[in-house]
Amino acid sequence: MTATAIHAEAAAPQPGRPLIEVQDIVKHFGPVIALAGVSLTLDAGEVHCLLGDNGAGKSTLIKTLAGVFRPTSGEYRVEGEPVFFGSPRDALDRGIATVYQDLAMIPLLSVTRNFFLGREPVKWRLGPFSFIDMEHADRIAREEMRQIGINVRDPQQHVGTLSGGERQCVAIARAVHFGAKVLILDEPTSALGVAQTSMVLKFVRQLRQKGLGIIFITHNVRHAYAVGDRFTILNRGRTLGTFKKAEITLDRLQTMMAGDKELQVLDEELGGTV
Amino acid sequence: MAEQPAIITDPKPAPMRDERLAHQSTLRRMMARPELGAFAGVLLVFAFFGTTAGNTGMFAADGAMSWMTVSAQLMIVAVGAAILMVGGEFDLSVGSMIGFAGMMIALPTVYFGWPVELSVLFAFAGALAIGFLNGLITVRTGLPSFIVTLASLYILRGLTIALSILFSNRTIVSGVKEAAGDSIVTFLFAGTIGNSFFVWLAENDLIDRLPNGDPTVKGVPMVIVWALALAVVAHVVLTRTRLGNWIFGAGGDSNAARNVGVPVNSVKIGLFMFTAFCATVYAACQVFEFGSAASDRGLLKEFEAIIAAVIGGCLLTGGYGSIVGAMFGALIFGVVQQGILFTGVPNDWFRVFLGAMLLVAVLFNNMIRRRVTAER
Repeated sequence: MTATAIHAEAAAPQPGRPLIEVQDIVKHFGPVIALAGVSLTLDAGEVHCLLGDNGAGKSTLIKTLAGVFRPTSGEYRVEGEPVFFGSPRDALDRGIATVYQDLAMIPLLSVTRNFFLGREPVKWRLGPFSFIDMEHADRIAREEMRQIGINVRDPQQHVGTLSGGERQCVAIARAVHFGAKVLILDEPTSALGVAQTSMVLKFVRQLRQKGLGIIFITHNVRHAYAVGDRFTILNRGRTLGTFKKAEITLDRLQTMMAGDKELQVLDEELGGTV
Repeated sequence: MAEQPAIITDPKPAPMRDERLAHQSTLRRMMARPELGAFAGVLLVFAFFGTTAGNTGMFAADGAMSWMTVSAQLMIVAVGAAILMVGGEFDLSVGSMIGFAGMMIALPTVYFGWPVELSVLFAFAGALAIGFLNGLITVRTGLPSFIVTLASLYILRGLTIALSILFSNRTIVSGVKEAAGDSIVTFLFAGTIGNSFFVWLAENDLIDRLPNGDPTVKGVPMVIVWALALAVVAHVVLTRTRLGNWIFGAGGDSNAARNVGVPVNSVKIGLFMFTAFCATVYAACQVFEFGSAASDRGLLKEFEAIIAAVIGGCLLTGGYGSIVGAMFGALIFGVVQQGILFTGVPNDWFRVFLGAMLLVAVLFNNMIRRRVTAER
């Protein structure tokens, strides 16, 4: 499949200005300091991997970017413009879409209904009721599936019949279809097998070539290394640094992510299996 | 692609048509429809009573109208219960709401001398407000609606009895018929339509006549019209509109629905208001049929409504179900309840049958759900 097969509605990459820029983002939850000054930039056509162990602040950071949390302090700019998101809807309106690991799709709903949930195409209205243009929705859903390489027999089939990787891809395709310029992918591969993972990673690469900016959250360094252009490592609410792919090896990334020494010791104990 | 990813060796996307996935026939896809079980149940009870009660007059015009009326009454509340269940919530206060709404019509009309139309509007407004409150408390506290509406069940039933004793010193408030006279609301909730059609049928000996020559069935009772109208509206809204999609989404996974911008809380509150509306329609039909409001009206109707919805294929966990199924569920109720009278089987067996039916339906639904979502 060629990259042009994905007809994203995303804007062409604008050179120079990063899609997302955050500076010294701090987030407190009462006495808990979840983020203690994190900075990050995301360019168009880039996969920026956010790595960190549990409790490192990954979730807090992306929820702040997605408009779920409001930062306690710090600056957040989208395409150079300072933004203050009050809700995920605000972030979506600026083209920042988040695909959550297990909350991406509703298994009991059909592929089409899932794809268009919240953005249903309207054929006609009667009083307060807007009737969905189901044929149009089915056609688009089928077409989008075909382009990812998922062969749905019937877009009215339930999402529960799709595999985990397919569900993630459909969720991502949906975000792109509705004009996302920035995709925040929350552990999209953590629950998937090898083939499923490669399907998702392949799709992520295609989207990068379309000029989308992608923030890829994972604690699997291999998955990150397979698609990432830059890597930011979070630890206890701080960044340990951002590295270009050329600047860092997979091993080094792995060690840094787990907080250096401890892992090396552990690694030796377990005979290099971590 | 400009560069090959490190771990991917396969240049083409893998074909997603999986050889382990069996071809699904049309029959199998029909099997996955939520109302299938209820439809089979309807066929079963008709076959049963057709053979055991075929010559008792159960399927003559007046006999048929009796079970259709009973089914329609339940259908009114079952439609509300079903669409709310698809939205992922329960309303246990439906039965109490019926009693309370009846009192909201009868007390102002009989004891405050309000015009009956105003009392009816008052009852609908009051019921919608209570439905709103049920919904608001449920979505704001995040408590299971089971508990919240269980509280309303007791509060409303208690209020119904307390208020009727306070104002009228009795638990049955009669005299509504006299106060209403030939008001439009009497026709709206207790009238019949198509009367001339039934006269024509009787004249042509297609249905039986009473000794005075009138047809045995005067016309189609408004309760049936209400039931069908509510069912059609609910079905169309659920399957064809954006709101319907949001209801499925809110019930299927409220967090996922919220993430894509569905106003889950408003949807749920609206559904609670709709069930309260349905309960009030039921109450009004009863009040204008009997000319009175009794404080024990609607007892246990919440469970019958939920049973009809479950027999109709609604999952207890939400996000799946159908209005057509709930209609079948209510029809099974009506046919069995009246059919038992016609066959002369003791009435106690009705409950035994319903309990068994509910259990079978839930087991069947579980099987269907597994098939639909392919979970193992």
